[in-house]
Amino acid sequence: MSKTIRFKLNGQAKSLTVDRERMLLWVLRTDFGLTGTKFGCGEGCCGACTVLVNNEAVRSCQLPVKDVDGKKVTTIEGLAKNGDLHPLQKAFIKHDALQCGYCTPGMILNAYDLLIKNSRPTLKEIKDGMDENLCRCASYQRIVQAIQDAAREMRGGR
Amino acid sequence: MKDDEYLDLDFKDIGILPPLSRREFLKLLGGGVVILFSVGDPLILEAQRRRGEALPDDFNAFLRIGEDGRVSCFTGKVELGQGVITSLAQMLADELEVPLDVVDMVMGDTDLCPYDRGTYGSMTTRFFGPPLRAAAAEARAVLIELAAEHLQASPSQLKVKEGVVYHESQRQKKVSYAQLTKGKKIARRLKGEAVLEKPSDFTIVGKPVLHRDAMEKVTGKAKFAGDLREPGMLYARILRPPAHGAKLTSVDTSGAKKVKGTRVIEDDDLIAVLHEDPEQAAEALKQIQAQWMKPVVKVDEKNIFGHLIKVAPEGDVVSEGGNLAKGEEISKVVVEETYLDGYVAHATIETHTALAKVEGDKATIWASTQTPFPLKGDVASVLGLPEKNVRIIPPFVGGGFGGKTRNQQGVEAARLAKLSGKPVQVTWTRAEEFFYDTFRPAAVVKIKAGINGSALVTLWDYGVYFAGSRGSEHFYDIPHHRTMAFGSVWRRTPGSHPFGTGAWRAPANNTNTFARESHINIMAAKAGIDPLEFRLKNLKDKRMIRVLKAAAKKFGWKPAKAPSGRGYGIAGGRDSGTYLAHMAEVEVDKKTGQVKVKRVVCAQDMGLCINPAGAKIQMEGCITMGLGYALKEDIHFKGGEIFDLNFDTYEIPRFSWTPKIETIVIDDREATPQGGGEPAIVCMGAVIAEAIYDAVGARVFQMPMTPERIKAAMP
Repeated sequence: MSKTIRFKLNGQAKSLTVDRERMLLWVLRTDFGLTGTKFGCGEGCCGACTVLVNNEAVRSCQLPVKDVDGKKVTTIEGLAKNGDLHPLQKAFIKHDALQCGYCTPGMILNAYDLLIKNSRPTLKEIKDGMDENLCRCASYQRIVQAIQDAAREMRGGR
Repeated sequence: MKDDEYLDLDFKDIGILPPLSRREFLKLLGGGVVILFSVGDPLILEAQRRRGEALPDDFNAFLRIGEDGRVSCFTGKVELGQGVITSLAQMLADELEVPLDVVDMVMGDTDLCPYDRGTYGSMTTRFFGPPLRAAAAEARAVLIELAAEHLQASPSQLKVKEGVVYHESQRQKKVSYAQLTKGKKIARRLKGEAVLEKPSDFTIVGKPVLHRDAMEKVTGKAKFAGDLREPGMLYARILRPPAHGAKLTSVDTSGAKKVKGTRVIEDDDLIAVLHEDPEQAAEALKQIQAQWMKPVVKVDEKNIFGHLIKVAPEGDVVSEGGNLAKGEEISKVVVEETYLDGYVAHATIETHTALAKVEGDKATIWASTQTPFPLKGDVASVLGLPEKNVRIIPPFVGGGFGGKTRNQQGVEAARLAKLSGKPVQVTWTRAEEFFYDTFRPAAVVKIKAGINGSALVTLWDYGVYFAGSRGSEHFYDIPHHRTMAFGSVWRRTPGSHPFGTGAWRAPANNTNTFARESHINIMAAKAGIDPLEFRLKNLKDKRMIRVLKAAAKKFGWKPAKAPSGRGYGIAGGRDSGTYLAHMAEVEVDKKTGQVKVKRVVCAQDMGLCINPAGAKIQMEGCITMGLGYALKEDIHFKGGEIFDLNFDTYEIPRFSWTPKIETIVIDDREATPQGGGEPAIVCMGAVIAEAIYDAVGARVFQMPMTPERIKAAMP
């Protein structure tokens, strides 16, 4: 059933008349052309499609678009502010925390959620919090280092 | 060099005639200085010449210093995450004496780049690197000649720094490459006479450089095949059989046609639905009623090994020396074991994807592929077009590992685009990705080996079935030995595997190294000595000794007879010209059989290391990825039916598995560069097997080493 959905997408108010049951992933990728959010497994197993809804990491391939009505959605394209990369993006570059780069947007947004909830995570907390995001190139060790580094910067270097 | 090292696909036709003639090609290039060069083993080219085969025109790669001073390197290679977009640019910039940021790599586009067989086998740096450097040296020499004329000086008085040629004693006399190339149109074929930079003069090679494509990848701007859009584009979903070998007996597509906006395509074996909304395409596919006849099932993941032995073809001798009977006679202890390895998936996070556009008699396909030029040939033949009318453009590729060397999805997209008259995007679902994966083949290795009273290996009789011969040859000093390979990854034996198999990161070598190094560890234990000491006693190969010692130093290896209870493992390996030694520490839960890998140290000798940062990333990736096949990854199947269709049952390594990883790159600046994308994965099975044995005394002969198998092997 089609219905008009209103939500904030990367800081901008959007309204869209769509079938309410469509998955957010495909609405982002087709209707909005935001292709930084990736399709990986279609069942919520890999995390490539991770976006933020009200600053919480969700699997967009499993989230009907009706569930973002009235909410705030952030994709990888909306993370940099006024051309300044987010500390996580900078840290991923600095630590070379990627290879093919396909899982990277999901990794960064899942880490964002992790650091919002816990500004000083332990190594174990990072690994646990990131465990559902898969990287076949297996850059895990560097992603952990990047998250630790970004956490420091987000705390103001403390 | 052994055949299997680069025979990954039909590598013999490396450097086939580029689609354009040289004259046509040069017309297209525009101004500047262009150096054309060939990539390929000169011995192969020479052999082809002797056999009277058509030779490559005279180049299959080129670089250009444009009139704006920017340097472009055009190569049919592809960036898959392995970092060659960075390391090749480093080699080029260093030799040409330009800053790294003026170098553009143009990769894989079949209209812009000369022919290349494909990106696999850790060959890009090994085979492409040296001619690329030589071409850059030649370009530098041409530019210096031009500068000599311009500055009225002799070439020997001139030096270059950051793209500016200057007079050694009169520094104000200078001219930039851009000024020199302006209005010029010079094309040279590489003669290989220009003097290469001395390794001690490298300023960019050997320095760690971060990924050049990272900015696009952290901001979501990097475009993969599925991210591309064409006006009027439709998304396809294709009807798939429930098992390999199943025959379609009846199909009713009327339900699909009722899904608004759906186009149904039925063309011979290809039944697909097209829709502008990918979810509606999926919905329409569900409405197709199809009946299939599945072939009678015999093999599964348990009985496959006996089946393979039964159908194995005659073996080929990989290497031999001495006399096996004599070796057995002088051995004091003879150990005979069989090692098994299951099917493993590539499981890249990006599934096979392609977007195809067919307009008139021209086709363009953007595809996630390791082999754009072979795809071009496939599309041309399927669509009945001349090859020159087909263009393949590989955007960023979301991982390959050998899995994106066949291009079924590209051909499917091309056919559907032609049949529908619309641009069509095919993105395989995860289930399709598992189903059509060309798995690393299940394999068996049988080894009979002996030692004498002084712990010296006196007999080595080795047979590998179906993995392939790469990495099968031992590197120990053994007087009586033979290595045989039965069946190969590349030449399919009829009736062997019930589905597709193919190259998987360091093909064959993971299986071979698991078996060989496990067996060496077993013999060390039989001899009652430390496995490192046992290796050093039985080695003469200096490079292997050097990596073993380097790893031992970093690890803090203390000699002990296994099982020592410490959970330490050791293995050595060779792949793609690179030498490796791994050491690992694990913890095993005796009750559950669960293994926790705590630490892995890897020393790698890859000759001249171009980008130490990139090399270390590849090593870490190899080590972590290797945990998967060592401990968990195994395709479950019955006949042609694949049961693992997503990451819920097919587990790949995750954050929580990641051990502490320490890597050492032994940089040999005088040596030629060797492979880096695959080697460090080959030891992971054996090093973990030994660490498990050292921890709890359980010797596991089958990968993956699951908790059940470990518990069953517990003493």
